[in-house]
Amino acid sequence: MEQLLYTAEVVVNGLMAGVMYSLVALGFVLIFKASGVFNYAQGVLALFAALTLVGIQQGQVPFAHLINAITGSHLEHFGWTVPSLLAILLTAGVMILLALAIEKLVLQHLVGQAPIILFMATIGLAYFLEGLGDIMWGANVKSLDVGIPQGISETAEAWTAQLTGYGFFIDRLDIWATVIAALLVAALVAFSQYTKQGRAMRAVADDPQAALSVGISLRFIWIMVWSIAGFVALVAGIMWGTKSGVQFSLSLIALKALPVLMLGGFTSIPGAIVGGLIIGVGEKLFEYSIGPMVGGATENWFAYVLALLFLVFRPQGLFGEKIIERV
Amino acid sequence: MTMQDSHSLAPGRHSARTTTPGPVDQGADVQPYVTADGRRIGGVLMDLRNITLRFGGVEAIKNISFDIREGEIRAIIGPNGAGKSSMLNVISGFYVPQEGEVWFKGFRRGPMRPYQVARLGIARTFQNIALFDGMTVLDNIMTGRLTMMKSNMLQQALWWGTAEREEIAHREKVEKIIDFLEIQNIRKTPVGRLPYGLKKRVELARALAAEPGLLLLDEPMAGMNVEEKEDMSRFILDVNDEFGTTIALIEHDMGVVMDLSDRVVVMDYGRKIGDGTPDEVRNNQAVIDAYLGVAHD
Repeated sequence: MEQLLYTAEVVVNGLMAGVMYSLVALGFVLIFKASGVFNYAQGVLALFAALTLVGIQQGQVPFAHLINAITGSHLEHFGWTVPSLLAILLTAGVMILLALAIEKLVLQHLVGQAPIILFMATIGLAYFLEGLGDIMWGANVKSLDVGIPQGISETAEAWTAQLTGYGFFIDRLDIWATVIAALLVAALVAFSQYTKQGRAMRAVADDPQAALSVGISLRFIWIMVWSIAGFVALVAGIMWGTKSGVQFSLSLIALKALPVLMLGGFTSIPGAIVGGLIIGVGEKLFEYSIGPMVGGATENWFAYVLALLFLVFRPQGLFGEKIIERV
Repeated sequence: MTMQDSHSLAPGRHSARTTTPGPVDQGADVQPYVTADGRRIGGVLMDLRNITLRFGGVEAIKNISFDIREGEIRAIIGPNGAGKSSMLNVISGFYVPQEGEVWFKGFRRGPMRPYQVARLGIARTFQNIALFDGMTVLDNIMTGRLTMMKSNMLQQALWWGTAEREEIAHREKVEKIIDFLEIQNIRKTPVGRLPYGLKKRVELARALAAEPGLLLLDEPMAGMNVEEKEDMSRFILDVNDEFGTTIALIEHDMGVVMDLSDRVVVMDYGRKIGDGTPDEVRNNQAVIDAYLGVAHD
């Protein structure tokens, strides 16, 4: 019985860790679905969003180092702090501006190019954004606090204790992440199924030429999709930034999204969620059951092995479209 | 292929369709007239003047001028590689010609992107069918009305306020078109699963959903069997008849075209070699040569 409850606790925690992976994977799926581009910069986009959020919140002067180096001044802070909600809205605004700039400066010039070319462009974009984030807000590790509570949830512990006699350890941040992810997915689904812009987005994803012929502007859709991906990156950045601080390694969460995508399929929003959950649970269970036998730290590689197995047996993922090449 | 074998596809009523020829000359004053089967042909809707289109060193269209009049069915025909599709792509904005002017509804059109042309009320279909395979027939046709929707994103997402009324109004229009084209029974079928002939019909439905002022059909009957061709011919005539939609279509099957259209432009090697009523074109020596493959000097 005790064993079973432990396992249940591991599963619950795995599910919640999985939600965090799904948040990152969602951004990839959105852009891949709408434009067939694998956006290598998605992780850096999350880092950049988190950096900008902290910067705005704490009233940092953007490009302070650069300005100081050129003019010999000693600027650092404006001397004010911005309330969290306003800071989030402002950051969302910055992400939209970024989407506009990316479309104008990069994508517009690559219309009609092969996906691999666009993929290369997003690699360049990733390095550029990384540098831009450093120059704008500084390279030091920052802590992010937008008021999301952290630490053990006593309510959940008391509730599970009452129910089963054993109090589960559940992080409050994880509970919040789950709720926010659910809201985000509901909003994305409502958007893509019912709004005119969402339908236009699906149309472009399906056949760009046909979309043009019914009066849909590809540029508008691209800007919109990158803005939404930027917003999703912001949400992922907030959750991961709150959890482990805002620093360069935040951009590496993209690597954790890759196995999620291989499991769920690159073109499916539900796939990104389910893929994330499976990886989250799988990796926690594996660590719990097999980990002690092999010396632990299996979480570092378990997801990739699982993804490799999928690549061999079901390359389109669980929910992806089957790849059929006609000859 | 000869000129004579081309009548086989004509559904019965087409014989009544021989039109009183209107003024055809460019620049001449055009007078509205009524065709023998009672359709009203109005003034010039689209006027193409001295269009030249090049791809690198290749001239796909060489200094071509012709017009399309309100309410008529205008065909562009010619052998493969004559530049017909290029011409259609110029009209729909997918290609921008290097020289020449495109006039629509009395205004000269600047260089425009295809989606802007679509919003002017010029809808089109494609030779190789461009449908949204992942969507149902109904959703595909609804996309034809996307740009007409006025309620905002939030209202639509929450199905609130004007969004509901608007959606219903658009749905009604779309249902009418679905009835008209006799595709009620496949409304909810994903387009990817449909046979070729039906796909073509769904594409026509989507173009019609935009209530276009000018409808462009790129080889609407290519790859169809005889029965499907007859159906499509009937639908094209009915659309023109009931909605008064001006139609410009491309075909290389001359028979179909001669029975359908009021006036015909004939292209060969990027040049215009004939322009007039089906009868005039049929008796034009240059056209006969082009179709029979007489060697050019």
